[in-house]
Amino acid sequence: METLWFIVVAVMLVAYVVLDGFDLGAGAIYLYAARNSNERRAILRAIGPVWDGNEVWLLAAGGTLYFAFPQLYASSFSGFYLPLMMVLWLLMLRAIGIEFRSHIENPVWQGFFDVVFFGASALLAIFFGAALGNVIRGVPLRSDGYFFEALWTNWRVGPDPGILDWYTVMTGVIALVTLTAHGALYVAMKTENEVNRRARNIALVLWPIQALLTIVSLIATYLIKPQILQNYRTHPIGFLIPILVAGSLAVMFWGIRRQKEKPAFLASGLYIAVMLVGAAFALYPVVLPASTDLSYSLTIYNCAAGRHGLTVGLVWWCIGIALALGYFVYIFRMFRGKVRMEEGGY
Amino acid sequence: MDSALLVHRLHFAFTVTFHYLFPQLTMGLAPLIVVLKWLGVRRHDETYNQAARFWARIFGINFVLGVVTGIPMEFQFGTNWSHFSRFAGGVIGQTLAMEGVFAFFLESAFLGLFLYGEKRLSPRAHLGSAIAVFLGSWLSGYFIIATDAWMQNPVGYERAADGSVQLSSFWELVFNPWAWWQYAHNMSGAAITGAFVMASVGAFYLLWGRHGEHARIFVRTGVIAGCIFSIVQLFPTGDGQGRMLVRYQPVTLAAMEGLFQGQPGAPLVIMGQPDVEARRIDNPFIVPKALSFLTYRRWSARVSGLNEFPEQLWPQNIPLLYYSYHIMVGLGTIFIAVLVVASWLLWRGKLFGTRWILWILLLSLPFPYIANTAGWMTAELGRQPWLVYGLMRTVDGYSKTVSAGNGMFTLLGFMGMYTVLGILFLFLVHREIEHGALGETPTPRVLASEAHAD
Repeated sequence: METLWFIVVAVMLVAYVVLDGFDLGAGAIYLYAARNSNERRAILRAIGPVWDGNEVWLLAAGGTLYFAFPQLYASSFSGFYLPLMMVLWLLMLRAIGIEFRSHIENPVWQGFFDVVFFGASALLAIFFGAALGNVIRGVPLRSDGYFFEALWTNWRVGPDPGILDWYTVMTGVIALVTLTAHGALYVAMKTENEVNRRARNIALVLWPIQALLTIVSLIATYLIKPQILQNYRTHPIGFLIPILVAGSLAVMFWGIRRQKEKPAFLASGLYIAVMLVGAAFALYPVVLPASTDLSYSLTIYNCAAGRHGLTVGLVWWCIGIALALGYFVYIFRMFRGKVRMEEGGY
Repeated sequence: MDSALLVHRLHFAFTVTFHYLFPQLTMGLAPLIVVLKWLGVRRHDETYNQAARFWARIFGINFVLGVVTGIPMEFQFGTNWSHFSRFAGGVIGQTLAMEGVFAFFLESAFLGLFLYGEKRLSPRAHLGSAIAVFLGSWLSGYFIIATDAWMQNPVGYERAADGSVQLSSFWELVFNPWAWWQYAHNMSGAAITGAFVMASVGAFYLLWGRHGEHARIFVRTGVIAGCIFSIVQLFPTGDGQGRMLVRYQPVTLAAMEGLFQGQPGAPLVIMGQPDVEARRIDNPFIVPKALSFLTYRRWSARVSGLNEFPEQLWPQNIPLLYYSYHIMVGLGTIFIAVLVVASWLLWRGKLFGTRWILWILLLSLPFPYIANTAGWMTAELGRQPWLVYGLMRTVDGYSKTVSAGNGMFTLLGFMGMYTVLGILFLFLVHREIEHGALGETPTPRVLASEAHAD
């Protein structure tokens, strides 16, 4: 039962990163790829209908995490106190950047919110990457299951790390590069002319960096945590994961070169999903490793909610997700076809 | 008071108070928009459709603010109240996760459809999406109330070996009697805010002499809905909520009412200042025996006073609790008076020409917000010193690893951020009201489910 909920929460988080990832990435290339008001509107138009729905996945995943693993929620949220609060502020700035920008047709007003939207998107990508780096590297958990991390200490991976050290800075940069490429491919897929060309160029430039960083990150992770391969050794099926990573990178390269934007974008989504699944697979059943004493680590068994609650939750969670998928199918059918300019909204 | 505890309490209190300014209007407006839209569809009257569209735009701005200030609330259970989350997450995780899975998807999916899909949908389907948004926002409210109600009156749980509480009965949690009364009272309060805002904007237009046709719809809808809900707010919902207190939190009731000495035939304090040290109300203005009647329906019934409970069970801030409660009840009474008079004038056909009552409606705008906020302060201050009533004290629930200094840093950050949000909000809503309901959609917006096009 705990394993089942581990998978559910992991899938919801992956869904969030893949979905919100492309609109974060679109924000990160926004100032460069779109130079004038019309081009910027084209990018906002491409993500406008979906970004809010994508963010709901973060809320739903957070709620499900709280429900299934309350101890993990309590420990990690209080331990990552400062970066989480900053994530909240960035999410707010980004939302008002997108939503309030178009209320007033004034270049000063719009220029301000353009920069807000860009900055918040790029910083969020870095923060999420650093957060993942922290979870892989481990945090200074105490015997009572709590910890508190300062933003940085000595920038070294050790028993008393900060949120930022060389390893998590690296994962933050990887996340920024990956999500920027992801967003660039989405924008390329959704737009035409100049914006499309610039977005493709960005993806083309980023591809070798992304491939290189993937290899570097795997080596770095193995260096700081040699035991990370344990699950792979006991379950060799896990080695499918690096194969899929390499495959999706190859498809991305092919797609970018041949202007096959849709396959390239889907491959980028697959790359992100598989990288995250690879991390989850390596950690399982640990959900938050301790850098102090490995026995203090939080696992799905010592931080799950009671059995009865988890069983009941399975029933309503399935009903709720089925309903949610129903709404989205209905809305997708409603809005099939080309955008019509005479419709309200922009 | 330990200063980290104080900072964490202020942190939650500030962010939740600011947050609730927005959902109370969206939850209050949602049913009114459904009514306007329904009238538009039934009577084939474009004026009602324009009115519905105007309020949908106000709704949209509120919704964005409600979402961005709502995310921190979910986070703070973990960041600032981690010991509470570890203790109670096995139970309230249920209702909070259900809100995400059932309400948020419903609301966010259909809001885009309602705001921007009118030309693609048949009028009936558009009405349907308005109803879906209404259901989503009211469902969301229920799950939050059910969470708070569990903290007020914990049910359906059992103690686990590690000292935490875990769910033992899902239905007891969802059908907590406290939750149903609190929900009815709270939603009726939100509807009063929606009704007053609508009537107030209408009164503004009438006094200004513009947008008359829409203004009359706004005032009429607002006054009728407000009149119904302000009476429902007193009876049965306020009364039912009071009975819950008598049954489960008698010490809270005594503190709210300022009843220091238990007695038969207890008086109802209308005004006066509680002097907790001297155990009395200064400058009292009372109605003899009324509290006994309201509580037990008998003039001579005995009501327990604070003196009958040990002091460590008393809510810590009795004066603030007492004032919150009295402000809520006092304003609620004034609302009934204003809206009954306005309804009577409406019935006689004189409302739209009676300037003094339009002025009163216009100036009433802030007061339902104050009353709703005071109501929540009553509920939450009244629960003290408990975080989960009878099970966990507030002093045991906050994040012990997050120091007062770190908490203060983010509290100040939120204060700055919310000041900016508040100014932006007022500015944008002001523009909408200036434009009126006929304005050719002055707010091109992006949160549109418009372009799922390939």
